[in-house]
Amino acid sequence: MRALRITTLAAAAALTLAACGGGSDGGDDTAAPSTSESPAAFADGTRMKELADAGKITVGTKFDQPLFGLKGLSGEPEGFDVEVAQLIAAKLGIPEDGIEYVETVSSNREPFLEQKQVDIVVATYTINDKRDEVVDFAGPYFVAGQDILVKADNPEGIEGPDGLAGKTVCSVSGSTPAGNIQQNYPEAKLVLFDTYTKCRDALRDGTDGVVAVTTDNVILSGYVSESPDDFELVGKTFRDEPYGIGLPEGQEEFCQFINEVLQEADEDGTLQKAFDDTAGKFIESELELPEPRGCDS
Amino acid sequence: MDAVLDNLDVFVDGFTTTLTLTMLAAVGALVLGTLIAAMRVCPAPPLRWAGAGYVNAVRNTPLTVVFFLAVFGLPKVGVSTTFFRFAVVALTVYTAAFVAEAVRSGINSVASGQAEASRSVGMTFNQTLTLVVLPQAFRNIVPPLASVFIALLKNTSIASAFAVADATQNMQGLINANGSAVIWILTATALGYVALALGAAFLFGLLERSLTAAR
Repeated sequence: MRALRITTLAAAAALTLAACGGGSDGGDDTAAPSTSESPAAFADGTRMKELADAGKITVGTKFDQPLFGLKGLSGEPEGFDVEVAQLIAAKLGIPEDGIEYVETVSSNREPFLEQKQVDIVVATYTINDKRDEVVDFAGPYFVAGQDILVKADNPEGIEGPDGLAGKTVCSVSGSTPAGNIQQNYPEAKLVLFDTYTKCRDALRDGTDGVVAVTTDNVILSGYVSESPDDFELVGKTFRDEPYGIGLPEGQEEFCQFINEVLQEADEDGTLQKAFDDTAGKFIESELELPEPRGCDS
Repeated sequence: MDAVLDNLDVFVDGFTTTLTLTMLAAVGALVLGTLIAAMRVCPAPPLRWAGAGYVNAVRNTPLTVVFFLAVFGLPKVGVSTTFFRFAVVALTVYTAAFVAEAVRSGINSVASGQAEASRSVGMTFNQTLTLVVLPQAFRNIVPPLASVFIALLKNTSIASAFAVADATQNMQGLINANGSAVIWILTATALGYVALALGAAFLFGLLERSLTAAR
């Protein structure tokens, strides 16, 4: 009796699922012609063709990175990374509602790509060799520089990373700028929070001797613009952070496609506009698309 | 795998901090928690109310919020110290509420005739509690206390988000530096916590056996 009931339930569930699946397939079919204007013809068997046919792309981005990928009350992440993902999706002929955003934090970007839980990662993802061993990078599409934030009028007289020796500097755990200080400026005392806003507050209160915050200049500029009376930037960047677009290994064609998309977007000004609307608000600079690094893995 | 073996010192540093944090907060929480439990059973109503208020306020607040209040609230009122001490304070305050409830359940498990007998021979409330009731109560609450302290051990990982270089924070640094070995680093860290927790459980097991009254 019990077994029978379970079988019936399972059958009912299967039917419901089948019905749902059928319904959404139908929806896609009818929607396809209306978006058919932009997709270029992709060769069969390429990753671009697969994605364009599916009409869907899963993008890993940060949800807590102001200016690049920040999920606010609107429920959709916003920022330069998100704009770049939208540029790529548009060139694949994928409508905006076909983009699914998944939160990727610094520690799960590689696993998410390796397990193909996301199609691409655009998440202030600094290109480096160790990461390149397990994933592919398109781009870079932006080069940030590491800088130092201090209290207004720079009471400690910090002029650069060497000036941090013997002083307490704050950054975020597991971030590349923190690793840079640890390795190359070991005389600085490094304290690490999980977000930069906490570093900013610790700097404001001077808790436990924090006199500086260090990370990418675009992020720090945001804090200066928020409270120019409290903070200032030292203004000497001392390490380049090339942001790339992470792909699962072995998708060279897709990587080249993305590089072309970036190139086109740079030439027709859409990339600059995307930058001006987001990260560019806080940093007065022309966006210069860096040289692509090539797609051979 | 190499990423783990090559960085064993980073893991050891991290877990040493985790363990130090756990032990300091455990001692603090045991003292504060017992005090609050004593308040909750004491004859003076204001103290009982204060004890109950503490437990209800702290036990129902997320630990992250307690950390926020300690690390960013205390400096605003002029109390400033190192981030490590702030973490000890936050973990102590938080865990004390759970210890207090465990101790109170232990106190309630001691037959009321014990307290009545103590009073009838002229012992004060303090004497009754410290000489008669608590020693018997502690014997009964070793298993729940073990759970509270193992939870504390894992709760210390919250301190990684508040500028304490514990095992979790060091793990994040290693992950960023070794993008090709993320799973290994996560696994090694998890195993570290499991090993410490099993060690704590073993010690509490010994304690429980040595305290058990021969029946």
